[in-house]
Amino acid sequence: MEEINALMHGFAVALSPFNLVLMMVGVVLGVLIGVLPGLGGANGVAILLPLTFTMPPTSAIIMLSCIYWGALFGGAITSILFNIPGEPWSVATTFDGFPLAQKGRAGNALTAAFTSSFFGALVAVILITFLSPVIARFALEFGPPEFFSVYLLTFCAFVGMAKGKAMKTISSMMIGFALAAVGLDTVTGQLRLTFGFTDLLQGFDFLIAVIGLFGIGEILQTLEEGLAFKGTNAKMDMKVVIQTWKELPRYWATALRSAAVGCFMGIVPGGATPASFMSYGVAKRFSKDGDKFGTGVLEGVVAPETAAHAAGTSALLPMLTLGVPGSPTAAVLLGGLLIWGLQPGPLLFVEQKDFVWGLIASMYLGNIAGLIVVLTTVPLFAAILRIPFSIIAPVILVVCAIGAYTVHNSMLDVYLMVFFGVMGYVFKKLEYPLAPLVLALVLGDRAEASFRQAMLMSQGDMQIFFSNALVGGITGLALFLLFWPLVSTLLGVLRARLAQQEQ
Amino acid sequence: MSDQDDRPAASSRTLDLAVATLIFLLGALVIYDSWRIGARWAEDGPQSGYFPFYIGLLICGSSIATFIRGLSDAKAAARPFVTLGQLRMVLSMLVPTVIYAGLIRYLGLYVASTLFIGLFMIWLGKYGWLKTALVSVGVSVVSYMLFEVWFRVPLPKGPLETLLHLN
Repeated sequence: MEEINALMHGFAVALSPFNLVLMMVGVVLGVLIGVLPGLGGANGVAILLPLTFTMPPTSAIIMLSCIYWGALFGGAITSILFNIPGEPWSVATTFDGFPLAQKGRAGNALTAAFTSSFFGALVAVILITFLSPVIARFALEFGPPEFFSVYLLTFCAFVGMAKGKAMKTISSMMIGFALAAVGLDTVTGQLRLTFGFTDLLQGFDFLIAVIGLFGIGEILQTLEEGLAFKGTNAKMDMKVVIQTWKELPRYWATALRSAAVGCFMGIVPGGATPASFMSYGVAKRFSKDGDKFGTGVLEGVVAPETAAHAAGTSALLPMLTLGVPGSPTAAVLLGGLLIWGLQPGPLLFVEQKDFVWGLIASMYLGNIAGLIVVLTTVPLFAAILRIPFSIIAPVILVVCAIGAYTVHNSMLDVYLMVFFGVMGYVFKKLEYPLAPLVLALVLGDRAEASFRQAMLMSQGDMQIFFSNALVGGITGLALFLLFWPLVSTLLGVLRARLAQQEQ
Repeated sequence: MSDQDDRPAASSRTLDLAVATLIFLLGALVIYDSWRIGARWAEDGPQSGYFPFYIGLLICGSSIATFIRGLSDAKAAARPFVTLGQLRMVLSMLVPTVIYAGLIRYLGLYVASTLFIGLFMIWLGKYGWLKTALVSVGVSVVSYMLFEVWFRVPLPKGPLETLLHLN
């Protein structure tokens, strides 16, 4: 099949010695980043992005995506050993992971987590291999109205799935759009929202926002519990690994279900974090040991980890084919692609075949490398967290500051990073979701451009968004997702009132 | 000591309302600037401020909704946003970070980082001068090697580097 041929070609690209070295470096860095709180997946990729400017784009994205896989794996280590989620999507792993560690079964939990992650990612990569060319071919028919409707769908999906936080999600998202609008308007050449500050000519860079919101903000939040990382020990050796591997096939149904949830949430864009929670909930409902979830059940680790990795990986599918990232980290990677001058979207599959298939091939390799690295080096990474807080915390902050500075060689960015850090801390505590903000910041300009182009095509007629089955369908779905929670609440109230009347 | 620490510095609801108000003001700012540039339809399409204008409206609208919702949230009124103890922890990290960021401009990143790490090691970790100096200077030297020499990414430098002719 055509896809397999392309994939083999991709492997040829990915298997160059330089790229293989970058893969290993990336995975190790990624696990390190995933283990350290404050240097999360999105954040870590954001910090390391400027360092890849001198590399060819294919190598750069291979390394960055391996960092991403490493971070996905690494988040589980701190969740299980220290009850501190290294990443937002590892929170659900702490539910059963930490109790398992406390029972002395940390090795089992870690092996289960890593293997499930590998499985979830593998399913997602296979999905990407076969589905992305299809979607890309399909998306070549897309014009500005279609693209805008896809962006609309993304944002409405976020709001619709926000469960009780719809208003805060809207606020967060709109703030992201507003931040994206600051600076020079490329169409008319006018300065928007700069209020006379020439520093703001280029607008806010999403990288700075990500480092501040997800990095500094997370450290500040972790600090509340005290200035130390306390944790349990882990014994990892082949015996434990094999013992766990023998036990895992029992949970094949959970694994498949979680992988499905994860792939869906990655594409739709929900991201790895909601995916992990959702699949934990679903697994709990469907499992025979459902009520034992939370006390240290291996299945309780399999479910969130499989889903989180499946989602994290499949988030790259819409990013590559449509230019719509399915998760904050994918958003950062998208930003990177734009910086390197590549246009994510259907044309990528036509014009940059080497790049795309090299990347997809590296996903397979990166995951295998990740699994091996992580199974063998857990004690090492766990030891790193035993470095006293008084040393490691300021070092993390220094790394963040360097990361912020190197984006534009600007001190202003460092100050902004601190500001975003406080904002991230406050927002997280008040339950304002950060993912829509970052997504809006990355996509804001493109969404607006599509909107304006569509409006120009239709001379101001909004009906262009319903002009054909494709656009109309996507726009309709978007509006449905947006208003469904409202509708369903109303229906619920109606039903309750009817039931009362019958009594 | 722990009784004091558990006292709330502010309730969740207070912060919720305060942040909603701030967001509203931000939205108002966006609306004002968009209106100033022109938020209507010109002959050749939407004016520059068209998109941001509606964004501003949504910001204001959603923040009002959050505010109203927050007013009646009794659970949030009872729940502390942050206790005094937690606040102390957070500030003990945040204040030095702000100072550190400010110092980078004057002392250069490497010197500022050395001081920053050193401060934490002495104050929090209660390490002795020698160990502190070794680690903090060591980290800066390693970063210098990493960024200036290997990655060739220039970071802000200050008077010390000028003195040592490392500019």
